[in-house]
Amino acid sequence: MKSLEELKAIRERMQGQVGLRSEDSNNTRVVVGMATCGIASGARPVLTTLVDEVQKRKLNNISVTQTGCIGLCQYEPIVEVMEPGKDKVTYIKMTPEKAIEVLEQHLIRGQIVEKYTLNAENL
Amino acid sequence: MFRSHVLICGGTGCTSSGSQQVAAKLEEEIKRQGLEKEVAVVKTGCHGLCALGPIMIVYPEAVLYSMVKAEDIPEIVEEHLLKGRVVTRLVYQETVSAEGIKSLNDTDFYKKQHRIALRNCGVINPENIEEYIGTGGYEALGKVLTEMTPDEVIQVILDSGLRGRGGAGFPTGLKWRFASGNRGNVQKYVCCNADEGDPGAFMDRSVLEGDPHVVLEAMAIAGYAIGASQGYIYVRAEYPIAVERLKIAIAQAREYGLLGKDIFGSGFDFDIDLRLGAGAFVCGEETALMTSIEGNRGEPRPRPPFPAVKGLFEKPTILNNVETYANIPQIILNGPEWFASMGTEKSKGTKVFALGGKIHNTGLVEIPMGTTLRTIIEEIGGGIPNGKKFKAAQTGGPSGGCIPAEQMDVPIDYDNLIAIGSMMGSGGLIVMDEDTCMVDIAKFFLEFTVDESCGKCTPCRIGTKRLYEMLDKISKGKGTLEDLDKMEELCYHIKENSLCGLGQSAPNPVLSTLRFFRDEYVAHVVEKRCPAGVCKDLLTYQILADKCRGCTLCAKTCPADAITGKVKEPHVIDPAKCLKCGACIEKCRFGAIVKR
Repeated sequence: MKSLEELKAIRERMQGQVGLRSEDSNNTRVVVGMATCGIASGARPVLTTLVDEVQKRKLNNISVTQTGCIGLCQYEPIVEVMEPGKDKVTYIKMTPEKAIEVLEQHLIRGQIVEKYTLNAENL
Repeated sequence: MFRSHVLICGGTGCTSSGSQQVAAKLEEEIKRQGLEKEVAVVKTGCHGLCALGPIMIVYPEAVLYSMVKAEDIPEIVEEHLLKGRVVTRLVYQETVSAEGIKSLNDTDFYKKQHRIALRNCGVINPENIEEYIGTGGYEALGKVLTEMTPDEVIQVILDSGLRGRGGAGFPTGLKWRFASGNRGNVQKYVCCNADEGDPGAFMDRSVLEGDPHVVLEAMAIAGYAIGASQGYIYVRAEYPIAVERLKIAIAQAREYGLLGKDIFGSGFDFDIDLRLGAGAFVCGEETALMTSIEGNRGEPRPRPPFPAVKGLFEKPTILNNVETYANIPQIILNGPEWFASMGTEKSKGTKVFALGGKIHNTGLVEIPMGTTLRTIIEEIGGGIPNGKKFKAAQTGGPSGGCIPAEQMDVPIDYDNLIAIGSMMGSGGLIVMDEDTCMVDIAKFFLEFTVDESCGKCTPCRIGTKRLYEMLDKISKGKGTLEDLDKMEELCYHIKENSLCGLGQSAPNPVLSTLRFFRDEYVAHVVEKRCPAGVCKDLLTYQILADKCRGCTLCAKTCPADAITGKVKEPHVIDPAKCLKCGACIEKCRFGAIVKR
């Protein structure tokens, strides 16, 4: 180790990894439905895309987790975004591409992608 | 990129309850479900809840599974890791509430803890230097080497109020300052005392097993502060996991250039070697430890000269305990004011305690100085099992004393513990309930010191032996009241005349039990009775004729054939033959056998 920059580089590379292990209630939670219905309609690639992108873009205040079936199986894959102090936003019929759009628009810029939400479906 | 990390404890406690098998099964199942690219398995150090091991925590949800068995793994992997449904049945029940799983930090065990020394224990993989760097590791060393002068480093440690965590509580900054003169012209050494020997203490072991790099980093900082280029860690050979992880850590630190020549391009050189101790308790004493590193028989030598003047190989040396070092990088990064804001007036920061004995949550806790014993035992420790009453807590191991129930609300710090006749020691805390005999406890610790006395000075070698003999006499009902006074007198002689800390503190268990539980000693001497029913020679086993149904079970169980009687008639115990093993009491279904 010849310089502080080298140390900093390792730290930044590892932070996304080790940072996963902190419990911070100020984090935005992104939850992917991963019950049988979710997996069958393709939730796995959605989940892995979200995880990869969040880490690649160093979004340290976002944690991506899974959950079970919430009862809306026909709308799977479902992704819920829970920001502290805000209403939950439910995105339906997700694909990896749509997930990236949500990540860029909603999670980074703070604009809800209305066209993919449950509300847009008119239940 | 992993979306989930499963942390499984690889500390000594969880390893002995089977965490290695659980980890192997976990890896196998994760592979079977095709999740090996999504879920990482990380073997960590101790998370503190040893009583509930093996412990497994799943992040990012932070769900803690306790007492995990290999059989449970397929279900956890399929349900939780694949489908995202927490297996509530296997979760640490303290975290389960009607609203779902609550945070670990809200449980009684963790709520009042404040982890500085144990910051990374149970959180990072101790065998991976990059994980340590990922949590800010080696940044303090970088800061010290590039931004601070050695004197500034010492001033920060002085201002923080950090005192030695090994027992005596000497101010760490002062120790460093004493050794700091004549930098660059003399060979000096930095030593780490990892010879944790108190029965029931395992704090240092857990730091070494869970976060070895923090010790290396702090030793390098100390080396820079006093102008030393070589460090030694003296660790017990009985701590194989700790030794192994230290070896890995040193090798990795050298590979990354964090030990060796010209660290961070500052021109500062520092390296560390391990020395293994063979397990003599006296080698935890600083001068004996250094004598042992030099390759000689581990015996203490008189001070002065102090190690800061003439230590290892007769060169200026500083010697700090593992937990002391574990605080240093955080003090450098967060500033001395931050550290000094915790704790009491004269004892700053936090202290790690190893909870053991008659308590629900045996394990490791780190609490701010000034926390009361009541909080530690009743809230964090979860109280005494089986509805028994708290009698006393023993701190400081064979060098400390017993704290009785009346003193439970005393804020724990170095000076308060000394005032009530105990000491901080390295932080073992053994809880005793009403079934514990205080004479027996004093005898237990004295037997330990008699064994471990190195024999170099007479007061300790012969004094502790005589003291033990008097205790033995009392526990057999042959003591006199004069013996109690003589014992006290002998205690003061040993304390004042012994060469090193071992002898000087050896009488503490006797003195403190005499002070707070004199009535128990008197009961042994005058009434020939052991109130707690522990001292065998003072017990008699009897069968209550009105309760005995004559089932013959006790007679069949007795290994000494001391019980006789006919079927369906009350049996009798022959006191001459009885071994007082208690096997009959356990077998009797009618509660007809009593010991008094």
